[in-house]
Amino acid sequence: MESANELLTILPVIIIGTAGLLVMMVDAFTENSRTAYWITVLFSAIGLAVSVNSLFGPTGTSFYNMIAYGGTAAFGAVLVMTGTLFSVMLTREYLEKTGRHIAEVYSMMLFATFGMLVLVQSNNLVTLFLGIETMSISLYVLAGLVKDEKKGVEAALKYFLLGAFSTGFLLYGIALLYGASGSTFLVDIAATDEKGLIYWAGVALLLVGFFFKVSAVPFHMWTPDVYQGAPTTITAFMATASKAAGFVAFILVLSRALPDVRAEWSDVIWLFAIFTMVIGNILALVQDNVKRMLAYSSIAHAGYVLIGFAAATGAAYSAILFYLFAYTLMNVGAFGIVAYYEWNKGLDFTEIKNYAGLGYQQPLMGVLMSVFLFSMVGIPPFAGFIGKYRVFAAAIDEGLISLVIVGVLASAASVYYYIRVLVYLYMKEDEGAQVTLVKPGMLYSVTLVILAVLTLYFGINPGSLTDLLLSFKDAAY
Amino acid sequence: MLEQYLPVLILVELAIILAIAFILLSRLLGPNRPASNKLGAYESGMDPIGQARDRYSVSFYIIAMEFIVFDLEVIFIYPWAVRYQEFGEGTLWAMMLFIFILFLGLIYTLKKGSFDWDTEHTATRKPRL
Amino acid sequence: MDTYVHLVPWIIAIPLVGFFVNGLLGLAFRSYRDMKTVSGIIATLAVAVPFLLAVYLFLMMQGDSESASISLFTWIQAGDFTTDIGYRLDQLSLLMTLVVTGVGALIHFYAIGYMAGDESPWKFFAFMNLFIFAMLNLVLADNMLLLFLGWEGVGLCSYLLIGYWYTDMAKSDAAKKAFLYNRVGDFAFLIAMLLIFQTIGSLSFDAILNGTELFTTDQVFIIGLLILIGATGKSAQIPLFVWLPDAMAGPTPVSALIHAATMVTSGVYVISRLSSFVMMSPELMLLIAVIGAFTAFIAATIALTRYDIKAVLAYSTVSQLGFMFLALGSGAYVAAMFHVVTHAFFKACLFLGSGSVIHAMHHVEHKLHEEGKDVHFDPQDMRFMGGLRKYLPSTYMTFLIATIAIAGIPPLAGFFSKDEILVMAFNAGLGEYGAIYFGLWALALITAFMTAFYMFRLTLGTFHGSFRLPEKITEAAGSEKYLHDSPFTMTSVLWVLAALSIVGGFIGIPNFVVATFTGTADVNLLSNWLDRVTMDAELVLSKPVEWMLLFGSVLVALSGIYVAFLLYGENDPETQDNRIAARFGALYQVWNEKYRLDEIYEGFIVHPTVRFSDRVLAVFDIKFIDGFVNFVASVVRFTGSVVRYFQTGVVQTYAVAIVLGVIIVISMLLF
Repeated sequence: MESANELLTILPVIIIGTAGLLVMMVDAFTENSRTAYWITVLFSAIGLAVSVNSLFGPTGTSFYNMIAYGGTAAFGAVLVMTGTLFSVMLTREYLEKTGRHIAEVYSMMLFATFGMLVLVQSNNLVTLFLGIETMSISLYVLAGLVKDEKKGVEAALKYFLLGAFSTGFLLYGIALLYGASGSTFLVDIAATDEKGLIYWAGVALLLVGFFFKVSAVPFHMWTPDVYQGAPTTITAFMATASKAAGFVAFILVLSRALPDVRAEWSDVIWLFAIFTMVIGNILALVQDNVKRMLAYSSIAHAGYVLIGFAAATGAAYSAILFYLFAYTLMNVGAFGIVAYYEWNKGLDFTEIKNYAGLGYQQPLMGVLMSVFLFSMVGIPPFAGFIGKYRVFAAAIDEGLISLVIVGVLASAASVYYYIRVLVYLYMKEDEGAQVTLVKPGMLYSVTLVILAVLTLYFGINPGSLTDLLLSFKDAAY
Repeated sequence: MLEQYLPVLILVELAIILAIAFILLSRLLGPNRPASNKLGAYESGMDPIGQARDRYSVSFYIIAMEFIVFDLEVIFIYPWAVRYQEFGEGTLWAMMLFIFILFLGLIYTLKKGSFDWDTEHTATRKPRL
Repeated sequence: MDTYVHLVPWIIAIPLVGFFVNGLLGLAFRSYRDMKTVSGIIATLAVAVPFLLAVYLFLMMQGDSESASISLFTWIQAGDFTTDIGYRLDQLSLLMTLVVTGVGALIHFYAIGYMAGDESPWKFFAFMNLFIFAMLNLVLADNMLLLFLGWEGVGLCSYLLIGYWYTDMAKSDAAKKAFLYNRVGDFAFLIAMLLIFQTIGSLSFDAILNGTELFTTDQVFIIGLLILIGATGKSAQIPLFVWLPDAMAGPTPVSALIHAATMVTSGVYVISRLSSFVMMSPELMLLIAVIGAFTAFIAATIALTRYDIKAVLAYSTVSQLGFMFLALGSGAYVAAMFHVVTHAFFKACLFLGSGSVIHAMHHVEHKLHEEGKDVHFDPQDMRFMGGLRKYLPSTYMTFLIATIAIAGIPPLAGFFSKDEILVMAFNAGLGEYGAIYFGLWALALITAFMTAFYMFRLTLGTFHGSFRLPEKITEAAGSEKYLHDSPFTMTSVLWVLAALSIVGGFIGIPNFVVATFTGTADVNLLSNWLDRVTMDAELVLSKPVEWMLLFGSVLVALSGIYVAFLLYGENDPETQDNRIAARFGALYQVWNEKYRLDEIYEGFIVHPTVRFSDRVLAVFDIKFIDGFVNFVASVVRFTGSVVRYFQTGVVQTYAVAIVLGVIIVISMLLF
């Protein structure tokens, strides 16, 4: 039966959607957040397994070409599910310890994931918009989850206002492109003959919409406020899964809908990549709050990823996908440790000076934090290094030397603020707020250890994954 | 090319003329005995003049949102129903699923107490924070 | 060997698993830390199982088997440069694997008893397993880069284990010293790798050994020189040998495993591995031989004057490594590897025997403290020993056997290997640069004499005569009742190693010995075994000359032993040494002060460097580098604070920024 097979192509979407509804009902009838948590973990794990499996499956389109599956789209689903699964696993203990554990968190996370999965599989601007909006609205709610905390509510409102603002641009861009090409299918847009004012305006506004979602400078300003205001593990979720989904959709749109005007948008991205790297890193340098620093660092990482978009070759896209994977692992990990330190002291415990000497108290957590931070700096043998290296290499192949120089200088500067955290953890023993750290739960440690091991594994043996990603070339581009 | 829009233009003109005519006629013909109640905002409506920061029950919004949700549901169902013969039977189940998901949402809001107007009762049902 | 090569990753992985098991269990569970024997057994098994696998491979492998490689995955890929995590199984790497895992397993087993008194042996055993893992990477790697990884790994483990009792400042200083001296060598090694890559575009041994014609002789000399510098660091040769005696600060099993049997031979291994490459430059060969012979001589002279039993053994190790380098330089790779193997047996036996002695002396000191006597003496100093053979019979017997072996008395292991080195050095005297090689041969012969002499000085001083502790320290009177031999777990290892020291030489009986009686002979197993892998110089000596050399070296060894008995037979070594010192005067002074090499390095390298750094670099650093960095930092901070100004937290500002961005995008695309 044709339609049943079609359903299989969106299996992760179905699984996550079902889980979201289930968790919602559990919340409505029992308000048992533990049950909700386990359902979420179970379904996310299944979703991850299914999407990993689909990496090796066929590629194509379904649902009247509205959905693309396999290849890049499948890896997008893997990215999203990885970010979701691990941040969900960290969320329970963090929220319980800070007394905010409610089941709605999980249904909102699942609905956001649902949106992301639609987003990475979209083959049509309408599907894309549907995905982005489902994702965004859930994220607005998640950001303001803690209703009695001013910062979170403020952040949520800002996020909502600016998000709606940028959605306007995106939607307008879609409308203009529809006007110019007469279709919302990505391939039909690529076939537009007449590239007039309307077409270019549409492309510009579409770019703006994506720039906002991936928080490129100067569309980034919501990011630090939101990342700082939201509960930390939720921040991990937002910073990884939603960003990865945005980038993957960006790849799909650029490579499928706008391949022949590559020269034009590549220049724009070139400029914004420089903005993003420079400003992101400079602002991260002056932060004293670790959460905010990580927020700016994620902006800086978006800048490095944009280098790959400026290069815009098959190799560059595969490098971006690898980078996003490494980014997801190490960022969830780093936020997870920040969350751990946070619940030991209280919610204002993210100032860097409070970290003094903590590295020795729970050696495992200190070591894991070092792994994640070193990976973010891009030091071998961690996955972050391979990701950065491959993106830069792809850009050099395309002759974008100056862009890579800026990237390398920026990441050299980034050493300062990453290592600063370690300096406080290990070398400033007596100045910090004296706290006794309590060991985190088994599952929490195990989750972080898995993330660190994966970070290390894909740093030492990136071969199989990069080969797989390079093989996507024919399917996606 | 533009002449095919002529009927629309005529319709727009007619609408404007009629609206102005009705307002003018009721002003001229009807009795005019103002009272404070009659000049006030109608039922759940807001006072259009004065401070924008008035407080009013959040339940208005919840009800309004739910109304919109089901309103939109109908918007989806209409075109589907009109062309149901063409789409075939399978789409019936798809539509049922759609309605079912919205129904779950309705149950959720019901359970969370969005229809409870009794404020004290609502307070007890607030989720633990 | 393709059929069996898949076992190689297991050989390497099992010690790593052992490391993780001990390390993680020890970190995670406090109760595990007290299960000392368990952690020791796990660690021993993690080395013994790979040994059994290696033995299996050995049985399956023939001398003429082709080498086989296995690639686990591509490690680094950058442009044209690809390096795999890949292992190479051939006769040479298998021989080293057998030595590393075999001797390693014995020493691990010994350490269970030796470390019983330590607080956290789990950590010790974890490091030991990590060392074995790194060492196996070094010997089994199929490319230079992975070899270098193992090279650095063993250096790291050596550092961790020398400074294992890190609360003792002297010990952690010794660890640092070892690490720094090794770094000098490693740096040269790294440059050599880069040069090789630059020339042939690959770092795999296959490519290097099959592509030797791509190198000019000058390139071979320069690259070889750099590799040699690396090897002198790791294998403790002139000029970088001074770290090894200090490295004895580590626990004795560490000295036996790392600083006698395995890690220090890695320099010999690397040069053997690249034999056909090194052979291309006779000057390079000569240099290796000169360094080896002089190291052997100098270290032997220092060993004459030491009282610390481990220091004697340390200098003896340096000296024996010098012999191996002499063999390498003479083109006798088989002889060098032969000596690596036999040396691993008898030197491990000697070190573990000395560990047993130190254990006993510690026990005495401990018991005296329990008696309430405030007695302090160095348990490694042989001036406080003597006559121990009565109390430590097993230790004595094994120690004696190993001493005879190292002295070069037939038919024990050391005799064959050392004799082969001397023969090959003499043989090299008939080729290019012959006169110099003859000189080196003569120097080596003198060194062989001294080896026999100082080793028997050590044995006699420790085990013969009377127990001198009560004589030197009156409070310790009657303390000999506390002396006792080590437990069976420790002595059994000594006996195994002693047995190997006796029979180990038979794997490399020179062909001519048998050929004299039967006409032709093919009994040198080791030579046949390594035939395909290393490229030996041709032996041009006639049988009578070989017999003469053989008897000559026996005679030299015997006379060394005779002189030692004459001097130290029943006497206090200190008084005898004073007499020797008086006789030799300034020369003995030089030996006793270890040629003042540490002071020379201190004065000519360390001190000027520190002064230069202090006066010039520090000023430059503070004024220019820091100034520049501070300038950049302040510019960045200033920019940051300016940009931050826009991060007002007011949502309208954010919207303005977005609009600005939109304007830029649109104007770029539309105009």
